[in-house]
Amino acid sequence: MAEKTLRKGNEALAEGAIRAGCRFFAGYPITPQNEVPEYMAAHMADAGGAFVQAESEVSAINMVYGSASTGTRAMTSSSSPGVSLKQEGISYLASADLPCLIVNMMRGGPGLGNIAGAQGDYFQATRGGGNGDYHIFVFAPNSVEELGNFPKMAYELSEKYRIPAMILADGILGQMMESMSFNFDPIDPKTLGKFDWALDIHKNGAPKNNVFSYKGDNLSADVWSRAKRYGQVEREEVRFEERNTEECDVLLVAYGLSSRACLEALTKAQEKGLKVGLLRPITLWPFPSKRINELAGKVKAVLTVEQSLGQLVQDVRLAVNGKAPVYLNAYPAGDTPSGESILTAAASALKGEGEGLFDLQKYSEGFDYKGGRK
Amino acid sequence: MTIIAQKPHSLTDVPMHYCPGCGHGIVHRLMGEAIDELNIGDKVIGVAPVGCAVFADSYFACDMIQGAHGRGPAIATGIKRSKPEAIVFSYQGDGDLASIGMAEIVHAAARSEHITVIFINNAIYGMTGGQMAPTTLVGQVATTAPKGRDPLLQGWPINICEMLSALKGAKYLERVAVDSPQHVMAAKKAIKKAFENQVKGIGFSLVEVLSQCPTNWGVDPLKSLEFVRTKMMTQYPLGVFKDEGAE
Repeated sequence: MAEKTLRKGNEALAEGAIRAGCRFFAGYPITPQNEVPEYMAAHMADAGGAFVQAESEVSAINMVYGSASTGTRAMTSSSSPGVSLKQEGISYLASADLPCLIVNMMRGGPGLGNIAGAQGDYFQATRGGGNGDYHIFVFAPNSVEELGNFPKMAYELSEKYRIPAMILADGILGQMMESMSFNFDPIDPKTLGKFDWALDIHKNGAPKNNVFSYKGDNLSADVWSRAKRYGQVEREEVRFEERNTEECDVLLVAYGLSSRACLEALTKAQEKGLKVGLLRPITLWPFPSKRINELAGKVKAVLTVEQSLGQLVQDVRLAVNGKAPVYLNAYPAGDTPSGESILTAAASALKGEGEGLFDLQKYSEGFDYKGGRK
Repeated sequence: MTIIAQKPHSLTDVPMHYCPGCGHGIVHRLMGEAIDELNIGDKVIGVAPVGCAVFADSYFACDMIQGAHGRGPAIATGIKRSKPEAIVFSYQGDGDLASIGMAEIVHAAARSEHITVIFINNAIYGMTGGQMAPTTLVGQVATTAPKGRDPLLQGWPINICEMLSALKGAKYLERVAVDSPQHVMAAKKAIKKAFENQVKGIGFSLVEVLSQCPTNWGVDPLKSLEFVRTKMMTQYPLGVFKDEGAE
């Protein structure tokens, strides 16, 4: 058994990345993820890697672009406004098919928002926040243990498919301390094989490699070939966790911190005799659409619990595809769900109406905003 | 049979797309010669920019990467820090380096990244069709400065070598031109030194090359050379601005 230690989320993540073979980190200070670059600054050199405090998030992601092009396990981390700045580089990484790890410890938005934990960047992460047709892996841990262990999975899948990977967590998860253990031995990247596409030196006449983002006339072929990999990922790499989904009446769908509150709701539901289950997507892309669709055929209602204004619920509705009514229990702008508030919403979902169910158009009924110039 | 002259081994056989009279091809060749003479061809990794030299990744025989506009110095930083034994260059134009990528070049110099930067200053945006660059001269006409650059509206040109020379991390800064055989020879020497500095571990080295763009200046190639000499060199005097690696 691996040793259990008490760690802060951000530090578990940083240590987990180094153990997973990360040997290049570039980042820019932003709350609530500062412990990640601080940990890297303290420990990366000892691991034989490089840490650079970049002049901006734009520069940090482009340093990752350069490092990743050499086959190095490279990483950057930030929080919401900083991740917006990184979108240019993420689009280029996707276009150049470079594996890497990007972390978003989400905070309240839009704009500078606040520094509370939030889940408002779901669209940005899962829709490809930069320009062009692309996807990136999005992993959503819900514990300090997962924060520490996900970097390894992220690098392995990112490298297998040549698709950038993001760990999407939030400020609370990054800041909280939990008992955790690493489920793998530290990886020495020197023992990992080489990529045939990576930039290198001393090649002894091997053909030259170009890593490039401009595809010109080959763009169509390029995008179609990437689409095949995307399809394979959607078939083979979906990850999720289920609780009490056998014979439940209300199926909760939630990821990250929201899913932790759902666990409390599940316990309370049993006490009250309500049949509530949970499906927690671990990969937000690829999304567990197939399984959600199967479960939707067996339940009376589906309730999405998210710390945003109705983002995850869109994927859930697409997955359910009319098989069951889908409701939204929303906690945007740094609000946090509790087991009690979720259970109230679950009871409302069974009735089809009531407290805790949020619908944008009903919410603004009778409201008549008079904007414009005076 | 003795070979008297040939193309540098560090360049590929891919035909270059540059316009007639353009300076890019000359600079590519000088870089190729410098890399060959220093015998570092198997250690070089290059970063191509966005702009006229976007296809430079296919012209150099070494492994190359092409990234986002202005980010060359950040990309080169990532490569060099991950592969310190590589000789890394970033090739950039004036819009790329002195406008959208100003933060990247300043901080790469401040950190004294061990990279070689070749900066092509032709005072115009070439690939996009002749818009005003940060280095466009006062009074010079561009498609986005149709009446000529007016400093009260559009500010003054940016002198990169002078500006970077204030940074302790910038170890070698020289401005050269490729308008005459004599200047081409001097440019070769500077470019070679900028690569040699990296071999020696001296620190951040940048060569600014005043280059001609007859297409977007709207003049014939000969007149473009005249423009470099009479106009550009007034705003951008040639010379060494920093040389901390000097023996």
